[in-house]
Amino acid sequence: MLEEVFRDEWGRVLAALVGSLGDFELAEEAAQDAFAIAAERWPREGQPENPVAWLITTARNRAIDRIRRNRAFETRAEQLARELADQPEESMDETTTFPDERLELIFTCCHPALALDAQVALTLRALGGLSTEEIARAFVVPFETMSKRLTRAKHKIRDAVIPFAVPSDELLPDRLAAVLTVVYLIFNQGWGDGRSELAAEAIRLGRALAQLMPDESEALALLALMLLNDSRRAARFRDGELVLLDDQDRSLWDLAEIDEGRELLQQAIARHDTGPYLVQAAIADLHLEESRDWSEIAALYGALAELTHSPIVEMNRAIAIAEIDGPQQALELVDQLPLSDYRYFHSTRAEFLRRLGRNAEARVAFGRALQLTASDPERSFLGGRMSELRPQSEADWDEFWTYTLDDLKETFESGE
Amino acid sequence: MPVSVSEPAIRLVLEENLRVSHLKGMPMKYALVIYNCLADDGTPPPRRPEVLAPINALLARPEVTAWQRLTDTDSATTVKTVDDSTLFVDGPFIDSKEYLGGIIVVEADNLDGALAIAKELQEARASSVGAIEVRPILEEG
Repeated sequence: MLEEVFRDEWGRVLAALVGSLGDFELAEEAAQDAFAIAAERWPREGQPENPVAWLITTARNRAIDRIRRNRAFETRAEQLARELADQPEESMDETTTFPDERLELIFTCCHPALALDAQVALTLRALGGLSTEEIARAFVVPFETMSKRLTRAKHKIRDAVIPFAVPSDELLPDRLAAVLTVVYLIFNQGWGDGRSELAAEAIRLGRALAQLMPDESEALALLALMLLNDSRRAARFRDGELVLLDDQDRSLWDLAEIDEGRELLQQAIARHDTGPYLVQAAIADLHLEESRDWSEIAALYGALAELTHSPIVEMNRAIAIAEIDGPQQALELVDQLPLSDYRYFHSTRAEFLRRLGRNAEARVAFGRALQLTASDPERSFLGGRMSELRPQSEADWDEFWTYTLDDLKETFESGE
Repeated sequence: MPVSVSEPAIRLVLEENLRVSHLKGMPMKYALVIYNCLADDGTPPPRRPEVLAPINALLARPEVTAWQRLTDTDSATTVKTVDDSTLFVDGPFIDSKEYLGGIIVVEADNLDGALAIAKELQEARASSVGAIEVRPILEEG
């Protein structure tokens, strides 16, 4: 019961505190105090009618306590604070309606003045309520490293006065794109490793964004994209092995998520604002069909390439072209791309070479992909491909058309 | 001594003082540290009149409270400590193509304000090299 309140309301409570206190760490400590008090009191006295208001009010009081103990005020406030300390327990103002400031909080966490990895960590901490340890594990980074990363970011917000605000209209498009990037990075980190908790967290964040910014088609589209991908999570791995999209057991797909994703996609399309997430969501939708419309998919990748100028998108378009015009054409397209550090570039080339019967070159390309690959299921899949190299059923486009963590990082960094 | 001020008012006064990173009502000060880049042959970037005009206009704005351009690094001398001795060494502190060209002090409500000025300045310089570092000024007292 308290666990659920914590999960759902941590972001809202923290947002209200960061706004008024101007100090992230103080806000966190105050929020933690409030939740701890709730954990002790609510089982005894019952949950208050407005838990969020109770938590925010309590946390504010705790913050004031902390300030009183730690700082010397040279104003009348100090005198008043002393007098307040002599009074009996303050009354809680449970009837106050606190505005939802989570948007301000997420834009603060994703401010460009913070490094991308700090934006990701801070968003998970502030809005997701994940512990430092949980975040460190999710990104396979030592606890100390993650702890320092978070502390540095919080101090920078305080010392450089990164504003706690939804950006002005002229700044909003770029800033929103940054927020969506962070959320999608979190999703991919979880999805790529098959770690559903992190992907679920990203979807929760995506839902909050869609709810708070229902007029932004890209926010709706991102949620659609994540849901359409996530719907297949139960079918993607079998005994730790990667299962190709066409080989997946469709009865394991989450139909509710597919329906919701498609509904959101339609809502986003209805706004007539084309953005990269909208196009990606449309592509994800097309990939769910049993018999895929490759020319439509290729056309959408073309549109996406124009929006993002990303060589990875060009690569994915070539994969669709291979289905229409054959692997020779596709190989020529792919060979022009500057992607020699990208493992899927090599595995894509390898597939085309294999289909052209150029087995020796295909083996070399698979080997190169293997050197660069990060996960065991991928290693196993590529290794299997390498050792077989005989005609197969349809290749796995599952991994190819999905943006990965590397891809997004590259797209983000090259875009600036 | 009984307190006549109501409780919410007390809290409001306290909260107003909690924003300790800067005093309420006084804007933040930021230093814009201007870095230039030497050409491959070691020469500094030329001073182009068409670029100077918009830059000078920016420097004349009220939110820009101080600025200084520096001479080139050829005229720099560095004072450092080596083996407990204080030495004077010819040249800038860091010997690289990137060098400190000047410093500008601006006032802004928050980092976004300072970044906006820096962005304008960087775009006015119309230079693909060099950069501007933005850092808050530490106010004493």
